[in-house]
Amino acid sequence: MTQPNEIKLFGSVMSGFCYMVHHALKLKGVEYDYIEEDLKNKSEEFLKMNPVHKKVPTLVVDGKPIAESLVILQYIDETWPEPPLMPQDPYQKSKVRFWADFIYQKMVPLTFVIRKSEGEAQAKVVDEFLTIFKTLEDGISKEVHSEGPFIHGAQPGLLDMIIGPCHTGLKYLEQGLDGVKLVDDKKTPLLCMWMDEYSKIDVVKDTAEMMKQYAPA
Amino acid sequence: MESHKGVTLLDFWVSPFGQRARIAMAEKGIEFEYKEENLAQKSELLLKMNPVHKKIPVLVHDGKPVCESLIIVQYIEEAWPEKTPLLPSDPYQRAQARFWADFVDKKVYDCGTRLWKTKGEEKEAAKKEFIEILQVLESELGDKKYFGGETFGYVDVAFVPFTAWFHSYESEAGFSVEESVPKISAWAKRCGERESVKKHLYEKEKVYEFVCMLKKRLGIE
Repeated sequence: MTQPNEIKLFGSVMSGFCYMVHHALKLKGVEYDYIEEDLKNKSEEFLKMNPVHKKVPTLVVDGKPIAESLVILQYIDETWPEPPLMPQDPYQKSKVRFWADFIYQKMVPLTFVIRKSEGEAQAKVVDEFLTIFKTLEDGISKEVHSEGPFIHGAQPGLLDMIIGPCHTGLKYLEQGLDGVKLVDDKKTPLLCMWMDEYSKIDVVKDTAEMMKQYAPA
Repeated sequence: MESHKGVTLLDFWVSPFGQRARIAMAEKGIEFEYKEENLAQKSELLLKMNPVHKKIPVLVHDGKPVCESLIIVQYIEEAWPEKTPLLPSDPYQRAQARFWADFVDKKVYDCGTRLWKTKGEEKEAAKKEFIEILQVLESELGDKKYFGGETFGYVDVAFVPFTAWFHSYESEAGFSVEESVPKISAWAKRCGERESVKKHLYEKEKVYEFVCMLKKRLGIE
Protein backbone atom coordinates (compact mmCIF):
# COMPACT_ATOMS: atom_id res chain seq x y z
CA MET A 1 0.00 0.00 0.00
CA THR A 2 1.62 3.23 -1.13
CA GLN A 3 1.55 5.99 1.41
CA PRO A 4 1.29 9.58 0.17
CA ASN A 5 4.22 11.96 0.62
CA GLU A 6 2.47 15.26 1.02
CA ILE A 7 -0.52 15.60 3.33
CA LYS A 8 -2.50 18.79 3.82
CA LEU A 9 -5.51 19.30 6.05
CA PHE A 10 -7.96 22.12 5.44
CA GLY A 11 -9.91 22.78 8.61
CA SER A 12 -11.33 25.20 11.10
CA VAL A 13 -10.71 25.69 14.81
CA MET A 14 -14.51 25.86 15.15
CA SER A 15 -15.19 22.44 13.62
CA GLY A 16 -15.28 19.37 15.84
CA PHE A 17 -15.03 17.14 12.78
CA CYS A 18 -11.59 18.58 12.01
CA TYR A 19 -10.25 17.65 15.43
CA MET A 20 -11.08 14.01 14.70
CA VAL A 21 -8.79 14.16 11.68
CA HIS A 22 -5.97 15.92 13.58
CA HIS A 23 -6.16 13.22 16.26
CA ALA A 24 -6.13 10.38 13.73
CA LEU A 25 -3.14 11.78 11.82
CA LYS A 26 -1.18 12.50 14.99
CA LEU A 27 -2.01 9.12 16.52
CA LYS A 28 -0.65 7.43 13.41
CA GLY A 29 2.48 9.58 13.46
CA VAL A 30 1.69 11.25 10.13
CA GLU A 31 3.32 14.59 9.32
CA TYR A 32 0.97 17.06 7.72
CA ASP A 33 0.48 20.73 6.90
CA TYR A 34 -2.54 22.44 8.36
CA ILE A 35 -4.45 25.28 6.73
CA GLU A 36 -6.99 27.16 8.83
CA GLU A 37 -9.90 28.20 6.62
CA ASP A 38 -12.03 31.22 7.34
CA LEU A 39 -15.44 29.59 6.90
CA LYS A 40 -17.03 32.94 6.07
CA ASN A 41 -14.46 33.58 3.36
CA LYS A 42 -13.29 30.28 1.93
CA SER A 43 -10.09 30.26 -0.10
CA GLU A 44 -10.01 29.40 -3.79
CA GLU A 45 -7.56 26.60 -3.19
CA PHE A 46 -9.93 25.03 -0.65
CA LEU A 47 -13.02 25.37 -2.85
CA LYS A 48 -11.11 23.70 -5.67
CA MET A 49 -10.38 20.76 -3.37
CA ASN A 50 -13.99 20.33 -2.20
CA PRO A 51 -16.28 21.83 -4.82
CA VAL A 52 -19.15 19.44 -4.02
CA HIS A 53 -19.72 20.23 -0.32
CA LYS A 54 -17.30 23.13 0.26
CA LYS A 55 -16.82 21.94 3.84
CA VAL A 56 -14.07 21.22 6.32
CA PRO A 57 -12.34 18.93 7.02
CA THR A 58 -10.87 18.20 3.61
CA LEU A 59 -7.70 16.14 3.44
CA VAL A 60 -5.42 16.49 0.43
CA VAL A 61 -2.95 13.68 -0.24
CA ASP A 62 -0.32 14.32 -2.92
CA GLY A 63 -2.64 16.93 -4.38
CA LYS A 64 -5.73 14.71 -4.40
CA PRO A 65 -8.66 15.61 -2.13
CA ILE A 66 -10.71 13.47 0.26
CA ALA A 67 -13.82 14.92 1.88
CA GLU A 68 -16.27 13.96 4.66
CA SER A 69 -14.79 13.24 8.08
CA LEU A 70 -15.87 9.59 8.32
CA VAL A 71 -14.48 8.89 4.85
CA ILE A 72 -11.23 10.65 5.80
CA LEU A 73 -10.88 8.73 9.07
CA GLN A 74 -11.33 5.38 7.32
CA TYR A 75 -8.81 6.41 4.64
CA ILE A 76 -6.26 7.33 7.31
CA ASP A 77 -6.85 4.04 9.11
CA GLU A 78 -6.39 2.00 5.92
CA THR A 79 -3.33 3.90 4.69
CA TRP A 80 -1.47 3.93 8.03
CA PRO A 81 -2.68 0.75 9.74
CA GLU A 82 -0.90 1.25 13.09
CA PRO A 83 -2.34 1.71 15.60
CA PRO A 84 -5.67 0.40 14.24
CA LEU A 85 -8.86 2.43 14.77
CA MET A 86 -11.21 -0.38 13.76
CA PRO A 87 -11.61 -3.99 14.87
CA GLN A 88 -10.61 -6.70 12.39
CA ASP A 89 -13.78 -8.77 12.53
CA PRO A 90 -16.34 -7.70 9.87
CA TYR A 91 -19.30 -7.97 12.27
CA GLN A 92 -17.54 -5.93 14.95
CA LYS A 93 -16.63 -3.39 12.26
CA SER A 94 -20.28 -3.14 11.24
CA LYS A 95 -21.20 -2.34 14.87
CA VAL A 96 -18.60 0.44 15.05
CA ARG A 97 -19.86 1.86 11.75
CA PHE A 98 -23.48 1.63 12.96
CA TRP A 99 -22.79 3.70 16.08
CA ALA A 100 -20.61 6.17 14.17
CA ASP A 101 -23.51 6.60 11.73
CA PHE A 102 -25.90 7.00 14.68
CA ILE A 103 -23.82 9.87 16.04
CA TYR A 104 -23.80 11.66 12.67
CA GLN A 105 -27.40 10.84 11.75
CA LYS A 106 -29.15 11.34 15.09
CA MET A 107 -26.99 13.17 17.59
CA VAL A 108 -25.16 15.84 15.62
CA PRO A 109 -28.24 17.31 13.85
CA LEU A 110 -29.94 17.81 17.25
CA THR A 111 -27.02 19.93 18.44
CA PHE A 112 -27.64 22.35 15.57
CA VAL A 113 -31.33 22.55 16.45
CA ILE A 114 -30.54 23.14 20.15
CA ARG A 115 -28.25 26.00 19.22
CA LYS A 116 -30.90 27.69 17.09
CA SER A 117 -33.93 27.23 19.34
CA GLU A 118 -35.07 28.82 22.56
CA GLY A 119 -37.41 28.41 25.51
CA GLU A 120 -39.86 25.53 25.44
CA ALA A 121 -38.88 24.43 21.95
CA GLN A 122 -35.27 24.20 23.04
CA ALA A 123 -36.20 22.28 26.19
CA LYS A 124 -38.01 19.75 24.04
CA VAL A 125 -35.01 19.22 21.76
CA VAL A 126 -32.69 18.97 24.76
CA ASP A 127 -34.90 16.17 26.09
CA GLU A 128 -34.70 14.44 22.72
CA PHE A 129 -30.94 14.82 22.78
CA LEU A 130 -30.63 13.29 26.25
CA THR A 131 -32.65 10.26 25.12
CA ILE A 132 -30.46 9.84 22.02
CA PHE A 133 -27.30 10.22 24.09
CA LYS A 134 -28.48 7.53 26.50
CA THR A 135 -29.34 5.23 23.58
CA LEU A 136 -25.80 5.81 22.30
CA GLU A 137 -24.27 4.87 25.66
CA ASP A 138 -26.42 1.75 26.01
CA GLY A 139 -25.74 0.68 22.45
CA ILE A 140 -21.97 1.17 22.60
CA SER A 141 -21.69 -0.54 25.96
CA LYS A 142 -23.71 -3.52 24.74
CA GLU A 143 -22.31 -3.90 21.24
CA VAL A 144 -18.82 -2.41 21.11
CA HIS A 145 -17.16 -1.95 24.48
CA SER A 146 -16.11 -4.93 26.53
CA GLU A 147 -13.27 -3.80 28.78
CA GLY A 148 -10.62 -1.08 29.10
CA PRO A 149 -10.69 2.67 29.64
CA PHE A 150 -11.64 3.54 26.06
CA ILE A 151 -14.69 2.57 24.01
CA HIS A 152 -12.43 0.39 21.89
CA GLY A 153 -10.61 -1.10 24.87
CA ALA A 154 -7.02 -0.55 25.93
CA GLN A 155 -6.41 1.92 23.07
CA PRO A 156 -8.69 4.58 21.59
CA GLY A 157 -10.45 3.73 18.33
CA LEU A 158 -12.81 5.31 15.81
CA LEU A 159 -15.74 5.86 18.18
CA ASP A 160 -13.51 7.42 20.86
CA MET A 161 -12.13 9.70 18.16
CA ILE A 162 -15.61 10.80 17.07
CA ILE A 163 -17.16 11.18 20.53
CA GLY A 164 -14.17 13.00 22.02
CA PRO A 165 -14.37 16.12 19.81
CA CYS A 166 -18.20 15.98 20.05
CA HIS A 167 -17.72 16.31 23.81
CA THR A 168 -15.93 19.61 23.38
CA GLY A 169 -18.75 20.86 21.20
CA LEU A 170 -21.37 19.71 23.70
CA LYS A 171 -19.68 21.46 26.63
CA TYR A 172 -19.57 24.63 24.56
CA LEU A 173 -23.27 24.26 23.73
CA GLU A 174 -24.12 23.74 27.41
CA GLN A 175 -22.83 27.21 28.22
CA GLY A 176 -25.86 28.72 26.55
CA LEU A 177 -28.33 26.39 28.28
CA ASP A 178 -28.87 27.94 31.69
CA GLY A 179 -27.64 25.11 33.86
CA VAL A 180 -29.02 22.20 31.83
CA LYS A 181 -26.39 19.53 31.30
CA LEU A 182 -26.13 17.65 28.03
CA VAL A 183 -23.22 15.59 29.35
CA ASP A 184 -24.31 14.39 32.78
CA ASP A 185 -22.34 11.67 34.51
CA LYS A 186 -25.47 10.64 36.40
CA LYS A 187 -27.33 9.98 33.15
CA THR A 188 -24.50 8.78 30.88
CA PRO A 189 -21.68 7.76 33.22
CA LEU A 190 -19.94 5.52 30.70
CA LEU A 191 -19.81 8.09 27.90
CA CYS A 192 -18.48 10.59 30.45
CA MET A 193 -15.79 8.16 31.54
CA TRP A 194 -14.74 7.33 27.99
CA MET A 195 -14.69 10.97 26.90
CA ASP A 196 -12.75 11.92 29.98
CA GLU A 197 -10.14 9.25 29.33
CA TYR A 198 -9.85 10.31 25.71
CA SER A 199 -9.31 13.95 26.61
CA LYS A 200 -6.13 12.97 28.49
CA ILE A 201 -4.27 11.39 25.57
CA ASP A 202 -1.27 13.20 24.12
CA VAL A 203 -2.61 13.71 20.59
CA VAL A 204 -5.68 15.47 21.98
CA LYS A 205 -3.58 17.77 24.16
CA ASP A 206 -1.07 18.42 21.36
CA THR A 207 -3.85 19.30 18.92
CA ALA A 208 -5.51 21.66 21.42
CA GLU A 209 -2.16 23.36 21.95
CA MET A 210 -1.53 23.65 18.20
CA MET A 211 -5.00 25.07 17.56
CA LYS A 212 -4.78 27.81 20.22
CA GLN A 213 -3.22 30.18 17.69
CA TYR A 214 -6.37 30.00 15.53
CA ALA A 215 -8.89 30.51 18.32
CA PRO A 216 -11.13 33.56 17.76
CA ALA A 217 -10.05 36.57 19.79
CA MET B 1 -30.97 -14.22 19.62
CA GLU B 2 -31.81 -17.20 17.43
CA SER B 3 -28.70 -18.93 16.22
CA HIS B 4 -30.23 -19.62 12.85
CA LYS B 5 -27.54 -20.37 10.29
CA GLY B 6 -27.51 -18.55 6.98
CA VAL B 7 -28.46 -15.17 5.65
CA THR B 8 -31.87 -13.51 5.93
CA LEU B 9 -32.77 -10.08 4.63
CA LEU B 10 -35.64 -8.22 6.30
CA ASP B 11 -36.84 -5.86 3.61
CA PHE B 12 -39.67 -4.08 1.79
CA TRP B 13 -40.16 -4.84 -1.88
CA VAL B 14 -39.78 -1.38 -3.40
CA SER B 15 -37.17 -0.01 -1.00
CA PRO B 16 -34.09 1.21 -2.89
CA PHE B 17 -32.10 0.76 0.34
CA GLY B 18 -33.10 -2.90 0.58
CA GLN B 19 -32.30 -3.35 -3.10
CA ARG B 20 -28.72 -2.27 -2.45
CA ALA B 21 -28.29 -5.30 -0.19
CA ARG B 22 -30.10 -7.64 -2.61
CA ILE B 23 -28.01 -6.50 -5.57
CA ALA B 24 -24.72 -6.70 -3.62
CA MET B 25 -25.47 -10.28 -2.60
CA ALA B 26 -26.61 -11.21 -6.11
CA GLU B 27 -23.39 -9.78 -7.58
CA LYS B 28 -21.41 -11.94 -5.16
CA GLY B 29 -23.53 -15.06 -5.60
CA ILE B 30 -24.53 -15.12 -1.93
CA GLU B 31 -27.72 -17.01 -1.21
CA PHE B 32 -30.17 -15.42 1.17
CA GLU B 33 -33.70 -15.77 2.43
CA TYR B 34 -35.85 -12.74 1.63
CA LYS B 35 -38.44 -11.76 4.21
CA GLU B 36 -41.00 -9.11 3.23
CA GLU B 37 -41.94 -6.78 6.08
CA ASN B 38 -45.31 -5.09 6.47
CA LEU B 39 -44.14 -1.59 7.41
CA ALA B 40 -47.55 -0.75 8.87
CA GLN B 41 -47.19 -3.69 11.21
CA LYS B 42 -43.51 -4.44 11.80
CA SER B 43 -42.65 -7.98 12.83
CA GLU B 44 -41.27 -8.87 16.23
CA LEU B 45 -38.17 -10.10 14.50
CA LEU B 46 -37.54 -6.72 12.85
CA LEU B 47 -38.09 -4.83 16.09
CA LYS B 48 -35.72 -7.23 17.86
CA MET B 49 -33.06 -7.03 15.15
CA ASN B 50 -33.24 -3.24 14.73
CA PRO B 51 -34.56 -1.78 17.98
CA VAL B 52 -32.75 1.54 17.47
CA HIS B 53 -34.14 2.56 14.05
CA LYS B 54 -36.89 -0.07 13.54
CA LYS B 55 -36.21 0.12 9.80
CA ILE B 56 -35.51 -2.17 6.89
CA PRO B 57 -33.25 -3.40 5.46
CA VAL B 58 -31.70 -5.58 8.14
CA LEU B 59 -29.30 -8.33 7.19
CA VAL B 60 -29.32 -11.20 9.65
CA HIS B 61 -26.23 -13.39 9.30
CA ASP B 62 -26.15 -16.49 11.50
CA GLY B 63 -28.63 -14.78 13.80
CA LYS B 64 -26.67 -11.51 14.10
CA PRO B 65 -28.18 -8.29 12.68
CA VAL B 66 -26.49 -5.68 10.50
CA CYS B 67 -28.46 -2.44 9.93
CA GLU B 68 -28.26 0.56 7.57
CA SER B 69 -27.97 -0.27 3.86
CA LEU B 70 -24.44 0.98 3.13
CA ILE B 71 -23.15 -0.59 6.33
CA ILE B 72 -24.80 -3.83 5.18
CA VAL B 73 -23.09 -3.60 1.76
CA GLN B 74 -19.69 -2.97 3.40
CA TYR B 75 -20.32 -5.91 5.72
CA ILE B 76 -21.19 -8.17 2.77
CA GLU B 77 -17.96 -7.02 1.11
CA GLU B 78 -15.85 -7.87 4.15
CA ALA B 79 -17.61 -11.04 5.34
CA TRP B 80 -17.27 -12.68 1.91
CA PRO B 81 -13.81 -11.47 0.84
CA GLU B 82 -13.33 -14.33 -1.60
CA LYS B 83 -16.16 -13.05 -3.77
CA THR B 84 -15.93 -10.34 -6.48
CA PRO B 85 -15.00 -7.11 -4.68
CA LEU B 86 -17.25 -4.07 -4.95
CA LEU B 87 -14.69 -1.69 -3.48
CA PRO B 88 -11.27 -0.99 -5.02
CA SER B 89 -8.18 -2.16 -3.14
CA ASP B 90 -6.39 1.21 -3.19
CA PRO B 91 -7.28 3.30 -0.09
CA TYR B 92 -7.61 6.56 -2.05
CA GLN B 93 -9.97 4.96 -4.58
CA ARG B 94 -11.92 3.40 -1.73
CA ALA B 95 -12.25 6.82 -0.12
CA GLN B 96 -13.63 8.21 -3.38
CA ALA B 97 -16.14 5.34 -3.61
CA ARG B 98 -17.26 5.93 -0.01
CA PHE B 99 -17.56 9.67 -0.65
CA TRP B 100 -19.80 9.20 -3.69
CA ALA B 101 -21.98 6.55 -2.05
CA ASP B 102 -22.37 8.97 0.87
CA PHE B 103 -23.28 11.74 -1.61
CA VAL B 104 -26.02 9.53 -3.12
CA ASP B 105 -27.23 8.78 0.41
CA LYS B 106 -27.32 12.42 1.48
CA LYS B 107 -28.92 13.83 -1.66
CA VAL B 108 -30.89 11.53 -3.95
CA TYR B 109 -33.68 10.06 -1.79
CA ASP B 110 -34.65 13.22 0.12
CA CYS B 111 -34.69 15.47 -2.92
CA GLY B 112 -36.39 12.80 -5.04
CA THR B 113 -39.13 12.44 -2.44
CA ARG B 114 -39.77 16.19 -2.58
CA LEU B 115 -40.43 15.85 -6.32
CA TRP B 116 -43.70 14.02 -5.65
CA LYS B 117 -44.56 15.28 -2.16
CA THR B 118 -44.54 18.99 -2.95
CA LYS B 119 -46.37 21.29 -5.35
CA GLY B 120 -45.91 24.58 -7.15
CA GLU B 121 -42.81 26.60 -6.26
CA GLU B 122 -41.49 24.00 -3.85
CA LYS B 123 -41.70 21.32 -6.52
CA GLU B 124 -39.94 23.54 -9.06
CA ALA B 125 -37.15 24.20 -6.58
CA ALA B 126 -36.84 20.48 -5.86
CA LYS B 127 -36.70 19.72 -9.59
CA LYS B 128 -33.89 22.22 -10.11
CA GLU B 129 -32.00 20.77 -7.16
CA PHE B 130 -32.53 17.19 -8.31
CA ILE B 131 -31.23 17.88 -11.80
CA GLU B 132 -28.16 19.54 -10.25
CA ILE B 133 -27.58 16.43 -8.10
CA LEU B 134 -27.79 14.25 -11.22
CA GLN B 135 -25.39 16.59 -13.03
CA VAL B 136 -22.83 16.32 -10.25
CA LEU B 137 -23.12 12.53 -10.42
CA GLU B 138 -22.84 12.63 -14.21
CA SER B 139 -19.68 14.67 -13.92
CA GLU B 140 -18.22 12.03 -11.60
CA LEU B 141 -19.27 9.20 -13.91
CA GLY B 142 -17.78 10.89 -16.94
CA ASP B 143 -17.17 8.45 -19.78
CA LYS B 144 -16.69 5.47 -17.49
CA LYS B 145 -18.76 2.34 -18.02
CA TYR B 146 -19.69 2.31 -14.34
CA PHE B 147 -18.92 4.53 -11.35
CA GLY B 148 -16.52 1.75 -10.39
CA GLY B 149 -14.72 2.06 -13.74
CA GLU B 150 -14.73 -1.07 -15.85
CA THR B 151 -16.36 -3.03 -13.05
CA PHE B 152 -19.73 -2.56 -11.37
CA GLY B 153 -18.88 -1.35 -7.86
CA TYR B 154 -19.93 0.16 -4.56
CA VAL B 155 -21.24 3.47 -5.90
CA ASP B 156 -23.15 1.69 -8.67
CA VAL B 157 -24.80 -0.51 -6.02
CA ALA B 158 -25.63 2.57 -3.93
CA PHE B 159 -27.21 4.49 -6.80
CA VAL B 160 -28.74 1.93 -9.19
CA PRO B 161 -31.93 1.24 -7.16
CA PHE B 162 -32.94 4.87 -7.68
CA THR B 163 -32.97 4.34 -11.45
CA ALA B 164 -36.27 2.47 -10.99
CA TRP B 165 -37.63 5.74 -9.58
CA PHE B 166 -36.49 7.96 -12.49
CA HIS B 167 -39.78 7.47 -14.33
CA SER B 168 -41.75 8.47 -11.21
CA TYR B 169 -39.57 11.53 -10.64
CA GLU B 170 -39.86 12.52 -14.33
CA SER B 171 -43.63 12.06 -14.38
CA GLU B 172 -44.18 13.99 -11.18
CA ALA B 173 -41.82 16.88 -11.78
CA GLY B 174 -41.90 17.17 -15.57
CA PHE B 175 -38.36 16.65 -16.80
CA SER B 176 -36.37 14.00 -18.63
CA VAL B 177 -33.37 12.21 -17.17
CA GLU B 178 -32.19 11.27 -20.65
CA GLU B 179 -32.26 14.89 -21.79
CA SER B 180 -30.78 16.37 -18.63
CA VAL B 181 -28.08 13.80 -17.96
CA PRO B 182 -27.67 11.47 -20.97
CA LYS B 183 -24.60 9.71 -19.52
CA ILE B 184 -26.50 8.82 -16.34
CA SER B 185 -29.38 7.59 -18.50
CA ALA B 186 -27.00 5.40 -20.53
CA TRP B 187 -25.35 4.12 -17.33
CA ALA B 188 -28.80 3.20 -15.95
CA LYS B 189 -29.55 1.20 -19.10
CA ARG B 190 -26.19 -0.60 -18.89
CA CYS B 191 -26.82 -1.49 -15.25
CA GLY B 192 -30.29 -2.68 -16.19
CA GLU B 193 -28.69 -5.38 -18.33
CA ARG B 194 -26.95 -6.96 -15.35
CA GLU B 195 -28.58 -10.10 -13.92
CA SER B 196 -28.46 -8.79 -10.36
CA VAL B 197 -30.22 -5.57 -11.31
CA LYS B 198 -32.77 -7.25 -13.59
CA LYS B 199 -33.67 -9.62 -10.81
CA HIS B 200 -34.05 -7.12 -7.98
CA LEU B 201 -35.40 -3.87 -9.41
CA TYR B 202 -39.09 -3.52 -10.16
CA GLU B 203 -40.47 -2.13 -13.43
CA LYS B 204 -40.76 1.64 -13.46
CA GLU B 205 -44.55 1.46 -13.84
CA LYS B 206 -44.90 -0.60 -10.69
CA VAL B 207 -42.76 1.87 -8.76
CA TYR B 208 -44.88 4.74 -10.07
CA GLU B 209 -48.04 2.89 -9.07
CA PHE B 210 -46.57 2.72 -5.56
CA VAL B 211 -45.75 6.45 -5.53
CA CYS B 212 -49.30 7.27 -6.65
CA MET B 213 -50.69 5.07 -3.89
CA LEU B 214 -48.52 6.86 -1.33
CA LYS B 215 -49.63 10.25 -2.60
CA LYS B 216 -53.25 9.23 -2.24
CA ARG B 217 -52.67 7.92 1.26
CA LEU B 218 -50.89 11.12 2.27
CA GLY B 219 -53.64 13.26 0.72
CA ILE B 220 -51.39 14.80 -1.94
CA GLU B 221 -53.11 15.64 -5.22
